Amino acid sequence: MNTGDLSAIWLTLKLATTTTLLLLLIGTPLAWWLTRTRSRLAGFISVLVAMPLVLPPTVIGFYLLLAMGPHGVIGQFTQALGIGLLPFTFTGLVIASVLYSMPFVVQPLQNAFDSVDKSLLDAAAMLRANRFDAFLHIVLPLSAPAYITAAILCFAHTVGEFGVVLMLGGNIPGATQVLSVQIYNHVEAMQYSNAHWLAGGMLLFSFVVLSALYSLRKSGGLRV
Amino acid sequence: MKQPLFFSRAVLISLCLTVASQLATADEISVAVASNFAEPMQEIATAFEKKTGHKAQLSPASTGKLYSQIKNGAPFEIFLSADDTTPAILEKEGLAAIDSHFTYATGKLVLWSAKPSFVDDQGTVLKTGKFTYLAIANPATAPYGVAAVETLKKLDLLAAIQPKFVQGDNITQTFQFVSTGNAELGFVALSQVFKDGKISSGSAWLVTPSLYEPLHQDAVLLNKGSSKPAAKALLDYLKSDEAKHIIRRYGYDI
Repeated sequence: MNTGDLSAIWLTLKLATTTTLLLLLIGTPLAWWLTRTRSRLAGFISVLVAMPLVLPPTVIGFYLLLAMGPHGVIGQFTQALGIGLLPFTFTGLVIASVLYSMPFVVQPLQNAFDSVDKSLLDAAAMLRANRFDAFLHIVLPLSAPAYITAAILCFAHTVGEFGVVLMLGGNIPGATQVLSVQIYNHVEAMQYSNAHWLAGGMLLFSFVVLSALYSLRKSGGLRV
Repeated sequence: MKQPLFFSRAVLISLCLTVASQLATADEISVAVASNFAEPMQEIATAFEKKTGHKAQLSPASTGKLYSQIKNGAPFEIFLSADDTTPAILEKEGLAAIDSHFTYATGKLVLWSAKPSFVDDQGTVLKTGKFTYLAIANPATAPYGVAAVETLKKLDLLAAIQPKFVQGDNITQTFQFVSTGNAELGFVALSQVFKDGKISSGSAWLVTPSLYEPLHQDAVLLNKGSSKPAAKALLDYLKSDEAKHIIRRYGYDI
């Protein structure tokens, strides 16, 4: 394993952790709103959130490349803020990953919020708990298993992300050259033994993660 | 009973004859083509079909990827590589007809920007260094990436510019990085920005040919096509003046 491989592993872990933390923060209010609202917009937003499940990653990557470019909506916004352009940067990858992994966080949370017994919330309201209190002390603890599911799925999905990064990343060591891209580089350059090591490690990783998830779920601790 | 049997036999025979004649006149040829040559090859294939009735199915990808696919049994009959080493290797490995490779085009490297007057016609923009990103094709797999690195090395600029590299997976993606403006400039194939005898948009420096090894692009007849007359006919057509005319129009030498 060379330094490029090591830096790719480190970068991948950093990207997956950042994305997961951000998505849990963004996904919680979004999923709560989608559960509670009667707004007509909700259907539309749900569809938008679920889009990455259907669209090919390279398509998402290409449109993000256009949108984040100097003539794109996001690109003009970030330039006006003085941040510059996002493609080929770690920040750009984080934003892309957040969009790409969003359904894996929002959907489990939404299901969990949905199944919370409404009478508990009514009782809380009667006891003069405000909405935030009720959410914090009733909904959140009841949804703990869903949070674990969401976090694991989001983390694993970000680790496995390839097409979006390929389109948006530019293969820069230490900034955008993540594990999946590094494996691809090795395969393309016909360095199969390097590729086998990394790919084998990734296979083991995903096997362990999914086994943990399923055994947790089987023991009744989790539902998706 | 006799008549229906005779009838069905006649139908069967005529059906066989039609299919056989169809096979003889209009064959399908499966062609693996390097991404940079996909567009001119499409035009050549159309002209070839008009002339002979044979249809060429094109599968564009990077040379390295196509090589792995051919090695692992992909059903291609002709391979148009972006370099002159891969076809020779395929012949040596027994995957292509011996001595069937020939140069069908010589590619030219160009430093290009989507912005007008960003790249001057001497390439001095490389020295002034007023850019954030320079796009190149991945030199580990793409011949145009290798040529770009050679050029920068000869100009003594490699160390200075390397930190600004963004790498496209192939020359098409490299072009995408530059054409969307995300990289201010990049080394792409002349054929990508050349139309009707001139650079079609933005600004460019046609890299001095002495700065990089010539980008000979070779074609080869693969084993799967070696017994197929239509595949041989397509390769012959690729050497014809008609095809060469098309190839030159896309900015290649031949």
